[in-house]
Parts: sequence; structure tokens; C-alpha cells
Amino acid sequence: MLGYILKRIFQLIPALLLVSVASFSIIYFAPGDPAETLMTGPDGNVNPKSVEEFRTKMGLDKPLHIQYLIWLNNVVHGNFGYSYRTEKPVFDHIKTSFGATFKLAVVSLIISLIISIPLGIISAIKHNSGLDISCMVGASLGVSMPNFWLGLLLMLLFGIYLDWLPVAGYGTGGDLEHIILPALTLGTGSAAVTARLMRSSMLEVLGQDYILTARAKGVPEWMVIGKHALKNALIPFVTMVGLNFGYLLNGSVVVETIFGWPGIGRLIVDSINMRDYMMVQGCMVFVALLFVTVNLVVDISYRYLDPRIRYEKA
Amino acid sequence: MNLLEIIDLKTHFPTSNGLVKAVDTIDMSISEQETFGLIGETGCGKSVLGHSIIRLLQSDTVMKGKIIYKGKNLLEISEAEMRNIRGEEIAMILQNPTTSLNPVITVGEQIAEAIRLHQRLNKKDAKQKAIEMLEAVRIPSPSQRANEYPHEFSGGMKQRVMIAMGLACDPALVIADEPTKGLDVTIKIQIVELMKEVTAQKAMLLITHDLGVASEMCDRIALMYAGELVEYASVIEIFENPLHPYTIGFLDSLPGRGLVPIPGMSPSLIDLPDGCRFHPRCSHVMEICRQKHPGMTEMKDGHFVRCFHA
Ligand SMILES: Nc1ncnc2c1ncn2[C@@H]1O[C@H](COP(=O)(O)OP(=O)(O)OP(=O)(O)O)[C@@H](O)[C@H]1O
Ligand code: SF4
Ligand SMILES: [Mg+2]
Repeated sequence: MLGYILKRIFQLIPALLLVSVASFSIIYFAPGDPAETLMTGPDGNVNPKSVEEFRTKMGLDKPLHIQYLIWLNNVVHGNFGYSYRTEKPVFDHIKTSFGATFKLAVVSLIISLIISIPLGIISAIKHNSGLDISCMVGASLGVSMPNFWLGLLLMLLFGIYLDWLPVAGYGTGGDLEHIILPALTLGTGSAAVTARLMRSSMLEVLGQDYILTARAKGVPEWMVIGKHALKNALIPFVTMVGLNFGYLLNGSVVVETIFGWPGIGRLIVDSINMRDYMMVQGCMVFVALLFVTVNLVVDISYRYLDPRIRYEKA
Repeated sequence: MNLLEIIDLKTHFPTSNGLVKAVDTIDMSISEQETFGLIGETGCGKSVLGHSIIRLLQSDTVMKGKIIYKGKNLLEISEAEMRNIRGEEIAMILQNPTTSLNPVITVGEQIAEAIRLHQRLNKKDAKQKAIEMLEAVRIPSPSQRANEYPHEFSGGMKQRVMIAMGLACDPALVIADEPTKGLDVTIKIQIVELMKEVTAQKAMLLITHDLGVASEMCDRIALMYAGELVEYASVIEIFENPLHPYTIGFLDSLPGRGLVPIPGMSPSLIDLPDGCRFHPRCSHVMEICRQKHPGMTEMKDGHFVRCFHA
């Protein structure tokens, strides 16, 4: 298993390099010049001298490949550069924003699991019943309802009509009051997908012969479902939920924007708007790294859950 | 004394294409320590009959008649009572060990589970008992193998595991569904020997395609066709004095006896032929066969047949 993990980590390197080259070049060829954007005074005038100074200071006067190599060398040494805008280390910004996104992602995931696992199981057990059909219609609605719409509805209901919760904001360090609405928006959205997956993998498992074997042994039905079936149904489910969590960790720009949540999604969008390319570059690589890490963790847990591939030589 | 008596049993599945009459009137009995063989072409309802006995069927299944086990009608008892009988009194060794073992639970745990449920042993003792069961079915290094998963076992070994699991709680009746299917000859002989040994003191309903296996293991044999029994008698009678054209055809299709298959196909269980269900394929068909459904008649002591020609 350790060998397998090391091999997988080693395989990540070319993928990450590719992502960094791609984002570096896209940024370079994108319209808008960071020096000009950032050096525009409040009056809308650009001072050519300070633009030049800024370029030299940030190394923007060098050719693209040299810029890239300098950047890469710094990254390898743990330095993601400095924000053009705030001149603080990019990594510090990422850390703060990611903290907020992570918090939101975890709460959203919990909400999504609390909804989707029982719902999926019940729908599978009572499949084609009225209960099942209404659950699945609800899930279809959830899938097709865009996040911004759901978010606004929740905001209206709980924030304005009922006035139970703050409409938006981060509060003091993302407290429970402030996290509920954005997490509910993201959580129910992903629950709609995962509940359907839970239902279909449970349904498939319940039709297998080994379920009949368990019943033939006199295993009570709740244990047939909770032990014999669930253990198998969770294998595809965990993969899906893991990947879902990966997306959540990348920060939902829409939800973070609506609810004023200072997460990584918003950091990226703001940085693009401000042409703060050092920050964008750092975020892209960080997000890519995060994504492949989550994938790796999902893969490992998949192997752990499924003994058929656990012992295969990797 | 009859351990199990099946009276007028019907098991029908409502489907969108119509009612599937998988078991359509079966009367039979198994006495204590008897091995009763059930033989028939694929799809004639053998497994459904086996599953019906312990009510292992989906809830919308229509079941009629009586299944009397030790004086109790199993179709009338509660689900909780039925659960106590499953595995403990009547064990079922399901068809196809490869798909019938749970891939994510260790073999030892799958056996120990039944022991814990029925014998109120603690985890450790149940595990120990499971290892003893593996040993009893001759699985080498059982204490190590108990911690392994089904995919680490060969086909013959999986069948042994299924047998160990079925016998773990010392049931009085074992329903074994095709225990030798898909095994090569040497392994098949080993499994037959093993089953004979471990079920010597038990009653067994042995479902099989294999007349050789049936003759080796059974006291009586029944032939099933399209949801009903068409003939049953002692093993010797069936082999030496078969009466039903289907039985004769089945014997002739054996490798040692000419390999002549029965012409035609078994009928749809949704739309059964009128009269004798075998008449579209029978070489002795008479006018009456198309109109009337033959009843089961005793031709000789304990030799029953469902045919106007016999
Ligand atoms: N749950 C069900 N719903 C509808 N039809 C069913 C159901 N279970 C079994 N059947 C049908 O009942 C018939 C008998 O099935 P069964 O499994 O008993 O056959 P079998 O004699 O055991 O065959 P084989 O030798 O291939 O195992 C088949 O035609 C099958 O399609
Ligand atoms: S009853 Fe008639 S058709 Fe049926 S098996 Fe006997 S002879 Fe053939
Ligand atoms: Mg069968």
C-alpha cells in the first residue's frame, strides 16, 4: 500500500507542472496588464513611470519562460510569491481563504451526507413507492435548481422573512450562524446528486445473491441493509462523495459571492479582476494540488473499502 | 416421520408481463435424514421451490398452500419466527457460491454471524466455531483462511465455505441448490463425498441438474417440469423403471446414454400449455393429453407419475 501511495504521488508531479505551465501562459496572454491596472490612480490616470517601476520590481519585464522558471524555483522552495495588490505573501492569502472554504466545505458535506444517505437507503428499500418517487422528484429538482437561486431563496426565507439568520457575511471567523445558509445551499445541492447515487448503488446491491444468503442465515432485515448491503453500496458512494468534496474544497464562486464568504473561490475571482496574477497563479496551483490530493485520498479509501482490490499489486 | 410436508404449494410472481407461475402446485414430503433430489431443466422452478420453503422471496410474491415443518405451517408463522428457523432449523446453500458470498466481509465472519445470531455465543467463541466449521469442510489452515475474503478462494473452496456456513448451526434440513455446478470432475467428487459425510444425520433437499450426483447422494428423486413434479420414486426406480416421457428423455440426454436432447423448449411459466404441460414436446402425446391435465398417480409402492400414458 505504501509503495502504491508513493507511486501515485510521484505520478502527480507532471500533472501539476502541466497545470502551472497552462495557467501561467493563459494569464500571460489574457487581456489586461497587471501593472497598468494596479498603477491606475483614483483619478483614472496611469503614471507610466510607476508602471515601469512596478514591472521591474515584479520581474514582469523578463521573458515569459524566465518568469516561469523563477516562479517555479520559488515554489519548489515553498515561496508562492507576493500579491501584486497587497504585497503580502500569496501563501498567507491562500491560507486564510482556504480556511474559510474548508469550513464551509466540511459543514456542507456533513449536511449533504445527513440528507443523502438515509434518503438514498429508504428510497432503495421502498423503491417505486410513493415515498421513493417523491424523494427522487425532490432530488431532480435539487439537481436542476441552480445554486444562486437556491441560495437566494434560503436567504429570503431565513434571513429576511423569518429573520432567524444573518443574510450574509463571515461573522467572527465564520461562526455557525453565518455558515448555515451557504452550507445549506451547497449541501442540499450535492445531496440531490449523492442521494440518487446512494439509491442506485443500494438498489443494485440489494439484488445480489449474497443478500439472499444473509437472509437465508436468518439475519434480521435491518442488519441485511445496514451491514451486508451498505458495506457494498458505500464503495461507489465514497468515490463520488470524495470527488464532490474535492469540488467543494475548490470553493464555490457563486455561493461565496452571494453570501459574502471570503473563500478561495472569491479570492481567485477578485484576483483575476484586479489582474493580481501572482495570486491567481498561486491559487491555481494550490487548487490543482488540492484536487489531486483529494483524488488520491479517495482512491486509497476505495482500496481500503474493497478487499478485492486492496491486495492487488499496484 | 415427515420432517417437511409441502401441500398444494403455489408460488406466483406478479410481473408486468403477467403472472409467473414458477411453482404451480407441488405436493411432496421429506422425512428425517432423507435426501430428496429435485431435478429438472433450467427455469422449471427448482430454486423458487427451495426459496419458498424458507420464504426467501420478495414481498409481493403470491404463495398458497401449506409448508408443514415439524407440525408448523411455515406460511402462517410471523417473520420473526421464520427468521429463527432460517439458518438454525432449515439452512439453504444457495446456487452459485461466487455471487452468494459477500465480497467485503471475511469468510470467517460470514460463518460466525449465523452462529452468533442463533446460538448466542460471544464474538470470540463464534469465530472459533467458524474456524472449526472450515476445518470440518477440509479447508487447509482454517484459522488463517477465516480472515480472508471470498475472492481469495477458488470455486471449489467457495462451495466448501457455503457448506460450512449452511451447516454452522446444525440444521435439521438442508436445502442445497446446485452444489456441484461449474466444478470440474475431481472437485465435484470431493464435494459430493463431503456433503454425504456432513449431512449424513440430516434431511436434505438436493437441487441439481446432475443425475449422477443425485444417484450418488439421494434416497428419492423427483423430476420437475414447468412448475410441477411429474414423477418421483426411489433412486433405483427412477433409473431402472422410469415412467414419465420427460424422465425417460432426461435419462437419454445423459452423456452415458446417448446424449439425445429432449426436442423443443420448456414452456413459458406465464402461459402454460393446456392439458399436460409436457404435451408439445412429448412423443407419446394422445388426444386426452391436450385436453386434460394429468394428476399424480401412484403406479407402484411410492412411485408416483403424472402421465396418461404410464
Ligand atoms: N422474483 C421473480 N420474479 C419473476 N420471475 C421469477 C422470479 N424468480 C424466478 N422467476 C422465474 O421463475 C422461473 C423459475 O426460476 P428458478 O430460478 O426456480 O429456476 P431453476 O429451476 O432454479 O433454474 P436453474 O436450473 O437455471 O437454476 C424462471 O423462469 C424465472 O425467470
Ligand atoms: S400425459 Fe400425454 S403428453 Fe403428457 S407426458 Fe404423458 S403421454 Fe406425454
Ligand atoms: Mg436454480
